[in-house]
Amino acid sequence: MTALLEAVSAWAVPLLLAGIPLYGLAKGVKVYPVFLEGAKDGFQTGVRVIPPLVAVMVALGLLRASGALEALSLALAPALGPLGVPASVLPLVVIRPLSGGGALGVVGDVLRAEGPDSYAGRLASVMAGSTETTFYVLAVYFGAAGVTRYRHALPAALLADLAGMVAAVVVVGLLFGR
Amino acid sequence: MGVIWTLLVVASLVVAAATGRVADLTGAAAESAGKAVTVSLGLVGIMTLWLGLMRVAEEAGLVALLARAVRPVLRRLFPEVPPDHPAMGSMIMNMAANLLGLANAATPFGVKAMQELETLNPAKGTASDAQALFCAINTASLQLIPATVIALRAGAGSRAPHEIISATLLASACGVLVAVTVSKLLARAGRSAP
Repeated sequence: MTALLEAVSAWAVPLLLAGIPLYGLAKGVKVYPVFLEGAKDGFQTGVRVIPPLVAVMVALGLLRASGALEALSLALAPALGPLGVPASVLPLVVIRPLSGGGALGVVGDVLRAEGPDSYAGRLASVMAGSTETTFYVLAVYFGAAGVTRYRHALPAALLADLAGMVAAVVVVGLLFGR
Repeated sequence: MGVIWTLLVVASLVVAAATGRVADLTGAAAESAGKAVTVSLGLVGIMTLWLGLMRVAEEAGLVALLARAVRPVLRRLFPEVPPDHPAMGSMIMNMAANLLGLANAATPFGVKAMQELETLNPAKGTASDAQALFCAINTASLQLIPATVIALRAGAGSRAPHEIISATLLASACGVLVAVTVSKLLARAGRSAP
């Protein structure tokens, strides 16, 4: 099953790259000019994302440099420890929505220090895999659409992250034991 | 967003003053700003490629075909989006790419979907219910194979790097469920309040 899914992942992009133009040709689409017409928005979109992404990443960079994230992790430790979040995994809870690279760094640390097949290692893996870098996604998506007032998008997205993390603790506990 | 952003920056300054790291902030700001530009420009290549292919797929009727297949689900989630609107096609491509763990392809489709949804948005510049819901679903990160994490586990010498797949799928399904529920509830609350 896993091997099949991995094969699908590996083949998906190459097949689309070849299949879409082929299907277009078969349907009588002028593939090359139509491709260029659609593709010309790519640069603009990338450039449009710069201002919101700079704003968000600078705020998060400052937050990290100030030591606020470590302080938050320390403050949360006594509350989350008994609930099944080991101290080594705690920084992940705080960093995951803010920085994709930072989160992978924490996962790497946990895997090295406690082993990938330990409770902490499995929990960190599942947490990282089942949540997203929420602030980055929102900055890019809303930035590209020119939306500046997010309304309930941020709380909804952050609650989804939180639910994913709580579920990770429960599911890992049930499937593998602590 | 302005309030949250300002609060984040002010909180950083206050904490940095308390931890004696104020001197680090200037460098961190410059470094983050530079990284943001690198990331944005890094999107340009894949964005250009997929936007071009997407247009070909649209003209060939491929996107509409796909949209028709999953219409029952999406119509319930996004009742305000017309079923034949290009936003539907882009959202479907984005979700399919996310499921397969193809982050590089998912982002351009997601961006396109957000821009298409903006054309339907009566209050430009303010997130519509559909945009908020689409983003929330995206941040819940439903994927069949969490490839990056598996690679990290394999690199760390795991005996079974893949064993976390089902647990990850279950946890992110919970995330999606909460994302949809909370978005729908908050959208309704936002409408009834002035």
